[in-house]
Amino acid sequence: MSETQANVQSAPDVSTLAVEIKDMHKWYGEFHVLKDINLEVKQGERIVICGPSGSGKSTLIRCINRLEEHQQGQIMVQGIELTDDLKKIDEIRREVGMCFQHFNLFPHLTVLENCTLALIWVRKMPKVQAEEIAMNYLERVKIPDQAKKFPGQLSGGQQQRVAIARSLCMSPKIMLFDEPTSALDPEMIKEVLDVMVELAHEGMTMLCVTHEMGFAKMVADRVIFMDVRQIVEENEPNEFFNNPQHDRTKLFLSQILDH
Amino acid sequence: MTNFREIADMPPPANTVGVVGWVRKNLISTPMNALFTFIGLYLVYLLLPPLLDWTVFSANFAGEDQTACTGTGACWVFIKARITLFMYGFYPSEEYWRMNLVFALLAATFLPQFFDAFPYKKVFGIFSVTGFPIIAYILISGGMLGLEHVETDRWGGLSLTLILSFVGIVAALPIGVVLALGRRSSMPVIRTMCIVFIELWRGVPLISVLFMASVMLPLFLPEGVTFNKLARAMIGIVMFQSAYMAEVIRGGLQAIPKGQYEAASALGLSYWKSMSFIVLPQAMKLVIPGIVNTFIALFKDTTLVLIIGLFDILGSVQSAIVDPVWRGVSTEGYVFAAMCFWVFCFSMSRYSMALERKLHTGHKR
Amino acid sequence: MAEPGNTSATPSKPAPWNDPAVRSVVFQVVAVAAVAYFFYVIFDNTFTNMEKRGITTGFAFLDNPSGFGILMSLVEYDESHTYGRTFLVGLLNTVLVSFLGIIVATALGFTIGVARLSSNWIISKLAAVYIEVLRNIPLLLQIFFWYFAVLQVLPGPRNSFSWNEAVFLSNRGLFTPAPVFESGSSLIFGALVVAVVTVIAVANWARKRQETTGQQFHTVYVSIGILLGLPFLAFLVSGMPVSIDYPALKGFNFRGGIRIIPELMALLWALSFYTAAFIAEIVRAGILAVEHGQSEAAHALGLRPAPTLKLVVIPQALRVIIPPLTSQYLNLAKNSSLATAIGYPDLVAVFMGTTLNQTGQAVEIVAMTMAVYLTISLSISTLMNWYNKRKALVER
Repeated sequence: MSETQANVQSAPDVSTLAVEIKDMHKWYGEFHVLKDINLEVKQGERIVICGPSGSGKSTLIRCINRLEEHQQGQIMVQGIELTDDLKKIDEIRREVGMCFQHFNLFPHLTVLENCTLALIWVRKMPKVQAEEIAMNYLERVKIPDQAKKFPGQLSGGQQQRVAIARSLCMSPKIMLFDEPTSALDPEMIKEVLDVMVELAHEGMTMLCVTHEMGFAKMVADRVIFMDVRQIVEENEPNEFFNNPQHDRTKLFLSQILDH
Repeated sequence: MTNFREIADMPPPANTVGVVGWVRKNLISTPMNALFTFIGLYLVYLLLPPLLDWTVFSANFAGEDQTACTGTGACWVFIKARITLFMYGFYPSEEYWRMNLVFALLAATFLPQFFDAFPYKKVFGIFSVTGFPIIAYILISGGMLGLEHVETDRWGGLSLTLILSFVGIVAALPIGVVLALGRRSSMPVIRTMCIVFIELWRGVPLISVLFMASVMLPLFLPEGVTFNKLARAMIGIVMFQSAYMAEVIRGGLQAIPKGQYEAASALGLSYWKSMSFIVLPQAMKLVIPGIVNTFIALFKDTTLVLIIGLFDILGSVQSAIVDPVWRGVSTEGYVFAAMCFWVFCFSMSRYSMALERKLHTGHKR
Repeated sequence: MAEPGNTSATPSKPAPWNDPAVRSVVFQVVAVAAVAYFFYVIFDNTFTNMEKRGITTGFAFLDNPSGFGILMSLVEYDESHTYGRTFLVGLLNTVLVSFLGIIVATALGFTIGVARLSSNWIISKLAAVYIEVLRNIPLLLQIFFWYFAVLQVLPGPRNSFSWNEAVFLSNRGLFTPAPVFESGSSLIFGALVVAVVTVIAVANWARKRQETTGQQFHTVYVSIGILLGLPFLAFLVSGMPVSIDYPALKGFNFRGGIRIIPELMALLWALSFYTAAFIAEIVRAGILAVEHGQSEAAHALGLRPAPTLKLVVIPQALRVIIPPLTSQYLNLAKNSSLATAIGYPDLVAVFMGTTLNQTGQAVEIVAMTMAVYLTISLSISTLMNWYNKRKALVER
């Protein structure tokens, strides 16, 4: 386990895939929630995952940082296979950042403390240095002036931007977004998407579960459509939106684009 | 990429479900977990066999008196021999039917409340707190309608426990409502008086309230007016209980959204009308689980009356234990009393939990 | 409420009986008058009744000698001491059993509450059985059980259970060895003080170092080491001046050592076991109240389960746990008054019981006793309100 200095972005090794999922199945008890998932994500690739609710999108990306465990198949993240091995789970979670639908900020800590928590306790960094990094990222998401406030005092859009900054502080190589805008009021969606677009232009490997099709068209390298707990089709955005292959995809697109 | 075909649901890998999966997940998922399982099983092994042996296998059930208890286990004969004492205290045995009738009536009025489909819930509910207590008093105390009068010092056992807790809860309810409304009143004097009353009773132990009722109350009364011991205990319990009740009801009042108060005023309802038609009916529904919980606490607390010389079920058990006719039966007595309390309290707490869950989902919709 | 017709009222000022301000004042004045009259009647009756019984009112009786003995006292006491002294003895005994009970109940309650949440099925179910059995049986019954069914039927001192001939358990109570500090042992206490100061300094230093360099330090282990090690070192250096006084059977009872009377044991066990069941439920609810998303977010940031608990879950759970926990502490203190039933000499038993019976000063004694409990309750709930205000999550 090599301790990389967090603030020095080590160049991703282009030869290894960022995420590689092979023949993966997952069950909740008796319920088959993910069926035969195969997915390869290259370094720096931006993937948007969409599909109707209950199709298994969130479960899929939650498997990638082991918030959920799979029962069959293989998941490799940055060349490390996900197993029960705690050390490997630790390693992978350092490489993978995540933003949740409901932000999951820690309400008892200030915005700044939210950001420095993992730097101090996981990266074992001096507090001053951790705060410097945190302020740096808070500036990038354009809310450095809120650093001393508590999450409860911020708007939804601001909270989600703090959550993004909190993940970025750990300098992850991959970012997972689990419906980051679906709990937000319309006028706040843009401020979060702006941050995500900027991140995409900087070359971050991203997997986003989202219904923001504008975002998908603008930044995605590939769009993945899931339904009935399987991957139905994947394509580059232009093809995906203009020339969907499968009836399910057409139906879904007509439902979300038509109004 | 159009090679999509829908895959039918498959059963999960065998070692993650069924008995094997359950054991792996819940008992031996990690070495630590396995160790805990071992400790847990050892505890069960340590406790369960002797317990079963004492209560069942080596226990004596048949017989009349002490000589029947020869085994190393429990002497349930003692309970059998003293059961009427535990149930009715010193109530005259030829009048047991009156107690039985009262409790049958109580069950008949209360049990329908547990069934959602029962159409006359409201009528039965109102009867159980108005007509029923009067009928019950006439039946138990007697002295009229040709019924022989039974002095309160002969009341006892489980029936006294039930009487005390029923009176405690039913009488405390209206006082609690008034106190709760008073505590939320905009009139400072009324509010202060209610707060002082509530905090005073809530701040002291019930035993001191009972002492106060039994030694100080007679001093407060003018010449010639006396209450018997039971009535004094009841007054103490009701005062004490109404303070707790007030706090439960206040919680319900606070949970009613401001919009309801505003809508009531907008319709032109006066304070008392908006309270009794709009706010209280909603609030009371919300606080039923809380009331059940206070009832459970009160039910357990009624045992304290034995300290001021009343014979509730624990008092009767205690007196039977020290009776030299039976020796070494204290554990059996306590276990029996504990079982009585446990059955009541456990089922009521389950009921209140179920109600709470129902209310919770009801509000979400 | 039917209103009388008020067509004659001027539009600018309502008739007094329709003016809410006037109404509210009248209503309050009436209420005050009613309460005042009620108290007047009670006081009047009380004074007449007491006069008739020949009881002089006032607190002068507190200076009279009590003439009765008390089973257990933390301060010097015998029959020649005053009734005022009996108040103090009872109060201290109440404080003692409440304090010990709170410590045991907290430790036990937190353990069982966490066990209830264990992923291990057996452990979780055992905890559930404990909680459901203990909290649904009246406390007084549990006190009786421990006292009459368990401790009273123990063998007498001659046949007592013993452990290594040092700890004895009989129907006279629990006898344990007592440390006797001889001259020179002040060095040990000095060392203990130094150890405490050192531990605080080390903790401070570790926090500062962690902030500046990021290195972490095992403060807990080092602290335990210092706290145990320094006094032990002092013990050796000063020539081992502590001897141990073992209890020994003399005649019909034990002499020497520390004696814990069965009344205290029964009360303490029952209070702690009973309250622990409630505390366990509070702890469980508190931990469950922290949303699952919180620990998920911590895991996603790479925090291991242990630091996740320490940094994210426990601080949030404590906010939920502490208010009901204090009210359980208050309940325990108030419930300690059940001591009366088995004769443990607490405030209610000694003062409201024996002293009241002997002097007949019902009003004064009941008022003093209730004032003690009220003071405890009100000061703790004031403290709680302050804590809640300070710890409440800041929200918009």
